[in-house]
Amino acid sequence: MYLADRSAPAPGGAKTAADRGPVRAPAVASTVLALGTVSMITDISSEMVTAVLPLYLIAGLGLSPLGFGALDGVYNGVSALVQLTGGHLADRVRNHKLIAGIGYGLSALCKPLLLFAHSLGPISVILTLERTGKGLRTAPRDALISLSTPPELQGRAFGVHRAMDTTGALLGPLAAFLILSLTVDGYDAVFGVSACVAVLGVVVLMLFVPSGADTRPGPSGGAGAAAGTAGSAAVPGADRPAPVRLRDALGLLRLPRLRNLAVCAVLLGLTTVSDAFVYLLLQRRTGIGDQWFPLLPLGTAAVFLLLAVPAGALADRIGRRTVFLTGHALLLTGYGLLLWAPAWPALPFLVLALHGMFYAATDGVLPAAVAATVPGELRATGMALVGTGQALARFGCSLAFGAAWTLWGTGPALAAAAAGLLCCAAVAGFVLRPSAPRDTRPDPNPKPDPKPGPHPDPKPDPKSVRPPR
Amino acid sequence: MSKSRRLLVLAVAVLLLGGLAAALVLRAAGRDDKPSAGGPTVAAGTVTLDRPGSLAFLNGGQGPHRGALASVPADAPESGRTASELNCQRFHAAAGTGVCLRSTPGALAQDNKALIVDSELRTLRSFPLAGTPSRARVSPSGRFAAWTVFVSGESYGAAFFSTRTAIVDTRTWKLEANLEEFAIDMDGRDHRAQDVNFWGVTFSKDDDTFYATVSTGGETHLVKGSISGRSVKTLAENVECPSLSPDETRIAYKKRVRAGASLWREHVMDLGTLRDHALAEKRSVDDQAAWLDDRTLAYGLPTDGAADSTDLWTVPADGSGTPRLLAPGASSPARLG
Repeated sequence: MYLADRSAPAPGGAKTAADRGPVRAPAVASTVLALGTVSMITDISSEMVTAVLPLYLIAGLGLSPLGFGALDGVYNGVSALVQLTGGHLADRVRNHKLIAGIGYGLSALCKPLLLFAHSLGPISVILTLERTGKGLRTAPRDALISLSTPPELQGRAFGVHRAMDTTGALLGPLAAFLILSLTVDGYDAVFGVSACVAVLGVVVLMLFVPSGADTRPGPSGGAGAAAGTAGSAAVPGADRPAPVRLRDALGLLRLPRLRNLAVCAVLLGLTTVSDAFVYLLLQRRTGIGDQWFPLLPLGTAAVFLLLAVPAGALADRIGRRTVFLTGHALLLTGYGLLLWAPAWPALPFLVLALHGMFYAATDGVLPAAVAATVPGELRATGMALVGTGQALARFGCSLAFGAAWTLWGTGPALAAAAAGLLCCAAVAGFVLRPSAPRDTRPDPNPKPDPKPGPHPDPKPDPKSVRPPR
Repeated sequence: MSKSRRLLVLAVAVLLLGGLAAALVLRAAGRDDKPSAGGPTVAAGTVTLDRPGSLAFLNGGQGPHRGALASVPADAPESGRTASELNCQRFHAAAGTGVCLRSTPGALAQDNKALIVDSELRTLRSFPLAGTPSRARVSPSGRFAAWTVFVSGESYGAAFFSTRTAIVDTRTWKLEANLEEFAIDMDGRDHRAQDVNFWGVTFSKDDDTFYATVSTGGETHLVKGSISGRSVKTLAENVECPSLSPDETRIAYKKRVRAGASLWREHVMDLGTLRDHALAEKRSVDDQAAWLDDRTLAYGLPTDGAADSTDLWTVPADGSGTPRLLAPGASSPARLG
């Protein structure tokens, strides 16, 4: 579908999206709500730690700025690469819940361990394991969300999930500061409570999330969705499809639509300046008082939280490509304001609002788009491919932006990022154009068929979709 | 499992985990009253910053005065501690002026402040900080105070770290809010990089010269700066958290053992020759050391077996001898008077 499956002309020429009219929205699948709850609880837990960690490490353990800088780097890279492993493992063992559960469990285990680490080395190891847990769970979790949701409601489902996730991220620091104010140097209490909360997240996952075991074709996306296709007709007879092999996972990259999405995610990731830089630039530009600096990320998160669901639903209605590209246009506007706007009092609010809108229009919409291009039995792998590409690209952007900032200064560096973003968005707009699927119809399987399982279908008909589990 | 069964399991889990969490919070809240057995004795009292022959530090021992500025006689550091009502995460004082970096939990985020206090610990001025307190120093005359905070976006996953270092003149209250605006002369050339981070200021007696760490392009440099000239000049590489000796001939600093490894050894460099030697302390020291006199350095090291606490150690500055425990459960040492 690309990002805009619903606005793409149907291959048979029967109906267009407009003919179908707005999709009547059923409630979000219970699996999505359960996963959203798990993410919310887990984010409360991890953001509790994130909020107090700098003070604990710097004031409590006396780490110097360079030591802390070394730790900050630990967060990166780790989860991006592990994500790929987690995604593929989940497809391989056909149990997304199991791999996600291991990821959530690993992160939960790490929180109390922080109490026993006194120096940089052990703390790095624990934080790396914590990030490994996050990497493991991300792709199977997104695959579960997409597998439990019909194709025309993917954007909304991811929007609901991201909104719940962000709610947790906002509640976490509140909980941590409440505990710190009730106790005396209660870092141990913060870590301990955080671990309890994380365990609760795992319990909710185990009790209320179905396994996503893939012996049947998933109800959405390509797989068995189009009940009439030859591919899915073969499935009911097969008791269990052939196991997913690494080759199949690599073969995913030969799916033009997924490859295009991945390329766009990487290109746009390469020109998306990391949040911390945005906040620093905003402060330099507007001279916001130092006491407000820690609140800037909360502004972005609040806007993201408010708009994630409407943006996802909008993407389902008018096309994910449009919303995704609009999101980047909003970010570009934000860069423009940072660069050229006069010092209005409203400037910080505007920039933060645009920043939050960018996340709302892209963070859940991208996996929703990926879901529609990847067959159910490789869903987690596909999610991971795009997610890893995007994360590594953003990491690369951080390094490049840092270098540009060094060479040219803040203004030119941001102008370069904005110019890059404009070019990449234009390329993405072209690559993801809705007319493209027409000529790619015959090719969804460029390689020899690895198994008798269902093929990705470029144009699933939502009407034939089974209701979500 | 049926739905009601699952809800039952969930309820039990919530009760168990909630109970455990509550117990952890209550235990940490009750810690206030109970000094740990065998720990240093601490009594509330009056701490003044101009009393000669005393040593000030932040008391880290468990009990009612944890985090408070405390003082002991410098020649009897193991004797009972006098604790003030001033609580800080970092502290330094000289000649009757103190700087206290304080972080308190706010409604939505940490509320970080730098307080300048007089010799009676009365707050003269307070400055909001953009991040987590890291280093604090007062000039030998008491006129200038400097602090470093760690600024971060409060989020995982940014390839990024940034510090902000400020110097304030306590006579005129002129604030240099960000030393990154100072001109940097690197090996004779004007250095205009934007990835510059300053930290760990240490002052000379002349009320203008200071030394600090500058990191740029992945290297750390020792810089010598002038407050009035708003400029710094690089002197040496691989130097972090310098501390100028009272006779101003040497600096003590953290030297990174190997590039990429987060291990530091405490070294002393002769400013005349720029030659340096390692101290007898073999453990990795991650602190801005303080000179107790021209021959002795004090610094914090994590307490064995307790994560959020440090002990103060001393070691001779000439590389001889062995490290000695100065005060358990303490940080931010400053020789007063």
